[in-house]
Amino acid sequence: MKIQIKNGRLIDPKNGVDARQDLFIVAGKVAAVGNAPAGFVADKAIDASGLVVAPGLIDLAARLREPGYEYRATLESEMDAAVAGGVTSLACPPDTDPPLDEPGLVEMLKHRAKTLNQAHVFPVGALTQGLKGTELTEMAELADAGCVAFSQADAPLTDTRVLMRAMQYAATFDFSVWLRPQDSFLARDGVAHDGEVATRLGLPAIPVGAETIALATMLQLAKETGVRLHICRISSAEGVALVRAAKQQGLPLTCDVSANHVHLSEMDIGFFDANCHLTPPLRSQRDRDALRAGLLDGTIDAICSDHTPVDEDAKQLPFAEAESGATGLELLLPLSLKWAGQGSLSGALAKVTQHPARIMGLDAGHLSVGSTADVCIFDPEAYWKMEPAALKSQGKNTPFLGLELQGKVRYTLVDGVVVYQG
Amino acid sequence: MNNPQLNKNGELQHLLTTEGLPAPVVRRILDRASEFLSVAEGKEIKKVPLLHGKAVFNIFFENSTRTRTTFEIAAKRLSADVVNLNVGSSSTSKGETLLDTVDNLCAMHADMFVVRHSQSGAAHLIARHVAPEIHVINAGDGRHAHPTQALLDMFTIRHYKKEFHNLRVAIVGDVLHSRVARSQIHALTTLSVPEVRVIAPKTLLPTYIENMGVQVYHDMEQGLRDVDVVMMLRLQNERMQGALLPSAQEYFKYYGLTQDKLALAKPDAIVMHPGPMNRGVEIDSSVADGSHSVILPQVTFGIAVRMAVMSMLAGV
Repeated sequence: MKIQIKNGRLIDPKNGVDARQDLFIVAGKVAAVGNAPAGFVADKAIDASGLVVAPGLIDLAARLREPGYEYRATLESEMDAAVAGGVTSLACPPDTDPPLDEPGLVEMLKHRAKTLNQAHVFPVGALTQGLKGTELTEMAELADAGCVAFSQADAPLTDTRVLMRAMQYAATFDFSVWLRPQDSFLARDGVAHDGEVATRLGLPAIPVGAETIALATMLQLAKETGVRLHICRISSAEGVALVRAAKQQGLPLTCDVSANHVHLSEMDIGFFDANCHLTPPLRSQRDRDALRAGLLDGTIDAICSDHTPVDEDAKQLPFAEAESGATGLELLLPLSLKWAGQGSLSGALAKVTQHPARIMGLDAGHLSVGSTADVCIFDPEAYWKMEPAALKSQGKNTPFLGLELQGKVRYTLVDGVVVYQG
Repeated sequence: MNNPQLNKNGELQHLLTTEGLPAPVVRRILDRASEFLSVAEGKEIKKVPLLHGKAVFNIFFENSTRTRTTFEIAAKRLSADVVNLNVGSSSTSKGETLLDTVDNLCAMHADMFVVRHSQSGAAHLIARHVAPEIHVINAGDGRHAHPTQALLDMFTIRHYKKEFHNLRVAIVGDVLHSRVARSQIHALTTLSVPEVRVIAPKTLLPTYIENMGVQVYHDMEQGLRDVDVVMMLRLQNERMQGALLPSAQEYFKYYGLTQDKLALAKPDAIVMHPGPMNRGVEIDSSVADGSHSVILPQVTFGIAVRMAVMSMLAGV
């Protein structure tokens, strides 16, 4: 199959390309950029006039809910959602049921995903058995089975000795460890940022210290063990400052933020909107501004969807009892573009292509000649209303419900095959 | 942010919180309660037919005797049919969700729900869910709000002090966990009380409480100086766990209301408590039963205020 994507604005952040150039695909690979290779005759031409042609998006956190939570979402529905959102590679956290702590489970997930011929799925293995925070998993075996990193997802790891051992062991094999910083004692029972809104609404609160104390511990242990540490879902201004300082000291550290947190704050909870019950909690406007600044100066490397489909019943509960999380695969692109605003489109796309690929250790997220033809073609000017019916994901839970979003995916290609057209 | 308890004409559709309740609406409720107080105190008629034929459902997901009883009496004096449900001990323990329970009761043609729930926001959730002709009264949701308690407190203050604009009011105790305190603060600031103080140790105060328009005191003797009204909060026994307080004895010594501390307030200060009281923990018996105490009148006024709220919601 030979495909020519023509007349589009090609944006490839990693290669510094932002120009009107055609893209030529042969046998699932990028064959040429700009001019057709000798003897190229397209089997299929995609007219990308007025559209942006970019590397397929790479999402560092998308819960597919399999195994164990199929009533919330299935692999089929969420893989449809991924390509509808222009996401061609995604990492899924290990907090399934059972957790991804055995090679067999990882292989099964990889296999199930592969048969769907959609986005590439990269499981993140559990750092400790059952995510219980006490015993290490067989990380090397899990890596052989296909895990790209190791994580506790949102499960606590309170024992700092276990944390240090896990980092040491991972560092032995140069595995990357992904952690979300939260001190479980300070966060206990909390459902909202410890600030004005939680005080007014009488919601049990999570102080910023829960993030910074855990983060300081992680940074210290990373320094001592030499592990490649990735910080997930940073949420506070003080947290960003700690990451910035650690990076300046030369720690091999990366960091992501959820797309929701780039735009929302505690104020959006309004009168108990359970769709704003997220993990970590939405913090103050000052924190949100610091997250944006952190993205801009590179302290925060990547934006992820933190896709967490929740069934409607689990959200139709009083705020604290409602399950936390938001659907996100189909919002990652528009929310990243929204962050770019009048700024650099290429810079925003880098946060969802080039940098997450680097964090996952993938040769992806770019459109160099010879690379896998994972492509996202979108209309940057198209507006659409965020309604449940507009989403492929089984989860319809998002704080952006009812809002107009800008940026709509028109084509998604995985391995040079059109897997979505909208 | 639109106020979910007012309809588009600015009339009361639900009573969920005192936050954002316009001052004229609060004053109307208090005026209405005054009328009902004379109904209650009149010897011959205790009952008016305003809610005749209406069904009021008291749904209590959290145990309460006093609040539920006063709502029941208020509804009965308005001639409503009252159904009491102690849901804590029935449906939800069988796995039914909050909104399923509400739907079932709607199907039984409820006109008004009086809801108490242990989670902040439960009353808002129900109010958003029910049909527009059904009214919801929040009888206490988690730590968030207890608007009828705050309104009866305002009624009590007005009864004894006549005006609000010249008062100094102190709220003492466990503000962190108190829905009563939050509703009182909103009501007092709405009625233009110039100085509202909260007095508590730091472990019992939420972050940024000063942004709600109050002055924070940790020293009770300073905080009580020259106040017109002392509003005590209940301290629940479980607060001794979780490292919030060392002991009830120490709490009483520093934050319990005694005659000596009360002497620092104005000579005609009134002492209030939402009940049930923990004598010897937050309040000394001699104060609770003393000449400054208006704790029992609060209960009487509570019925009139709840009658006022119910009748105004019903549009009669």
